[in-house]
Amino acid sequence: MTASIVVSDLGVVRGGTEALRGVSLEIFPGRVTGLLGPSGSGKTTLMRSIVGVQTVTRGSVRVLGRPAGDPPLRRLIGYMTQSPSVYADLTVRENLAFFARVLDAAESVEGALATVSLEAHADQVVQTLSGGERARVSLAVALLGAPEVLVLDEPTVGLDPLLRRDLWETFHRLAEQGATVLVSSHVMDEAERCDELVLLRDGRVLAYETPAALRADTGAADLDAAFLALIERRGPA
Amino acid sequence: MSPRITGAVARRVLAQLRRDPRTVALLIGVPTLLVVLLHEVFAGRDLVFQHIGGPLLGLFPFVSMFLVSSITMLRERVSGTLERLMSMPLGRLDLLAGYAIAFALVAAVQASVVSLVALELLGLDAHRPFAVVLLAIGNAVLGMSLGLFVSAFARTEFQAVQFMPAFVLPQILLCGLIVARDQMADWLQVVSALLPLTYAYDALARVTAPGALGPRFWLDVTITVTVTFVALALGAATLRRRTP
Repeated sequence: MTASIVVSDLGVVRGGTEALRGVSLEIFPGRVTGLLGPSGSGKTTLMRSIVGVQTVTRGSVRVLGRPAGDPPLRRLIGYMTQSPSVYADLTVRENLAFFARVLDAAESVEGALATVSLEAHADQVVQTLSGGERARVSLAVALLGAPEVLVLDEPTVGLDPLLRRDLWETFHRLAEQGATVLVSSHVMDEAERCDELVLLRDGRVLAYETPAALRADTGAADLDAAFLALIERRGPA
Repeated sequence: MSPRITGAVARRVLAQLRRDPRTVALLIGVPTLLVVLLHEVFAGRDLVFQHIGGPLLGLFPFVSMFLVSSITMLRERVSGTLERLMSMPLGRLDLLAGYAIAFALVAAVQASVVSLVALELLGLDAHRPFAVVLLAIGNAVLGMSLGLFVSAFARTEFQAVQFMPAFVLPQILLCGLIVARDQMADWLQVVSALLPLTYAYDALARVTAPGALGPRFWLDVTITVTVTFVALALGAATLRRRTP
């Protein structure tokens, strides 16, 4: 299988500090790849680099065979930022309709609404929604136009457990249909739901394995313990 | 550039304004109130009102749209929607042209209402009132493009609001509205000649005064339009796909 995202020796300096220090990775379609690591480990910077909105200091990122940020990629990547980037003064449907018009994907509005279970709130102004509901609007925008690559920065933070389970099922369904799904999280219990895990710490890749292999490798019972074992083995960064 | 995307941006900006009726009321109501106040302040000195009232009709949209567009764009940056749009197939000119269309429409309504009040109720005797509204729309787009450009230098809404007095008030002082330019000190005349509002004001003053327009009017219009496009290009340059 060919990788849909190829990151080679990626280095990024943000605000005078090295956010990424030589990251090399291959991410494959048809799987849900989890990007895990503590806050400040470089997850968002890596995702921004893949989407092509991050100024990169060294190295390269290729997505679907093209350099990240190449214009044809702009309709092939769905990106959800960490804070909900939607218009707070418009309704849910107005937001989706606007972004769908930009993407020329007007037919995908209703489907995206259904995926994030916001049909009942479709005509509500985003400002009046709860934090979790706003995050779902933002996620729905990323799903518009059935993108081949989904880059989701902490999409399930603060959501109801039932809805979280449904969304993870959605991510897996999209992956089965051939999409590349990259999901970041800092919650360890979500790691179990991924097919592959990338563990980031201090701008470096600590491990890239399946959840089961990671547990076997470190002899730890859960992923939190596995993370600790890895950090101790590699020594402080 | 894509007409579909430009139109989507314009519709979105108008939808945002529609959800904010108080801002719309202020946009229309404040200049109307100011014209009424001006009329009352110069009660009995109708010549002064006649002299500055006409050009002022076209200057209100410049000020309003400068403010509204710089805040709207700043919010777009801060909320992350600009980053999201930059990751989508949207050209920078689509975004700016969409803004320009929406704000030009608002300016048309604003200028029409204020002109109607001034001409019909307050007895302002502007020649070519239709041209005043057209110039007012042009000034709105000029104010918008300058506002979009300077909003790139504001980190917070406080800063963006302060850019209004910093960029707009000196231009109003020096454009010839308050003191005729040939009565200013030489160095002020030089500064005045470098400011875009000077030409926008001069065009308005010529349109509202009786007599032929003459070549100077067309020079004013050309300079104003050119500056608008330069400011839009500068504004486009401040919209970056990649940010640190």
